[in-house]
Amino acid sequence: MAKVFTTDNFETEVLNAEKPVLVDFWATWCGPCRRQAPVVEELAEAEYEVGKVDVDKEPSLAQQYKIMSIPTLLVFKGGKETARFVGLTSKAELEAALQ
Amino acid sequence: MENIIIVGAGPAGISAALYAARGNMDPLIINTGIGSLEKAEKIENYYGLERPLSGKELFERGLEQARALGVRILDAQVVGMGGFDTFEVKTTEGDFEARSVILATGSKRASAKIPGVKEFEGKGVSYCAVCDAFFYRGKDVAVLGNSDFALHEAEELSHTASHVTIFTDGKKPEFSKENAIDVNTMKIQAIEGDERVQGLRLKGDVSLQEAGEPQTSFAPAEGVFVALGTAGSSEMARQIGAELNEKGNIRVNEEMETTVPGLYAAGDCTGGLLQVAKAVHDGAQAGLSACQYVRKLLKGQA
Repeated sequence: MAKVFTTDNFETEVLNAEKPVLVDFWATWCGPCRRQAPVVEELAEAEYEVGKVDVDKEPSLAQQYKIMSIPTLLVFKGGKETARFVGLTSKAELEAALQ
Repeated sequence: MENIIIVGAGPAGISAALYAARGNMDPLIINTGIGSLEKAEKIENYYGLERPLSGKELFERGLEQARALGVRILDAQVVGMGGFDTFEVKTTEGDFEARSVILATGSKRASAKIPGVKEFEGKGVSYCAVCDAFFYRGKDVAVLGNSDFALHEAEELSHTASHVTIFTDGKKPEFSKENAIDVNTMKIQAIEGDERVQGLRLKGDVSLQEAGEPQTSFAPAEGVFVALGTAGSSEMARQIGAELNEKGNIRVNEEMETTVPGLYAAGDCTGGLLQVAKAVHDGAQAGLSACQYVRKLLKGQA
């Protein structure tokens, strides 16, 4: 299962993580986000570090990372954003960014 | 709830309908107009034609053939697509829900390339008002376009944004209903901003320049929603979340399925050979695939 990232756990789970982390910014009312979800879950099953940010519940995280369009997927390595995908993104592209 | 909605009534859409109808799916065709066949004066290279047919003639024959099989055809423009597990097709003639959708509206008419659109994607430029209106609460936004598609996006945004303006980029507004949304018909020179969109640079018209006024003006906007022309297959695919390829065509597999289960695409909108023969093949395949998909879905529910 993909984790749920919030302002409270973002630093420990994402910024201080040892492995690369995929963060999926989404919302319940966003069709493309719902269709992105299975891909994100597959990556979580494949032992990647994966988590989701519900922009409705975490507007400050969305604002901090300048999310203007969802789904937006970010990859963090060593506390830094190393990749950004806007719109529905394939598993292969995300997997490549997580290497 | 419809089993299969086919958007587009050209060679791809009609072929899909023939196969779906034979598969007892009672498909509904949304006829969005003739598309690129209109420009084909003579078609000579299609199987079985002993004399050339005009594109218009072929299109009319296709419609008649589908009608003869009892296929329902609705003349309408699609203004939006949505849905989570099923598909919601919003049209100028009402909204429909379907288990499966086949996109076959042809290739996108070359839309004006406005500098900055690509550059600011995800930084203020968006293609889906329903998805992204949230980020523009209390902000000024612009919608690019001049048809009901743009109007629909603008209305969607008007619930959250503080102010919405439709920019037609010099084109005449073609809205089928009265509306209260501001419209600006000046030509757009570029979308400007630094890290994020800040607004639109507009070209002044000749009379302004003659009067010694500045040649351009700036319309501030924090968000720019692109809804140019009529909602083509690519725009619909994007709103649902299906992937496009590098050329902006819809990505499909051999079954003509997009990256969204239950959503199919056929004909010119998938790229490749822009020929009637290819569209007919694509449509046939998409029709068969959609039948299979819906049958499986219904079996699962039973």
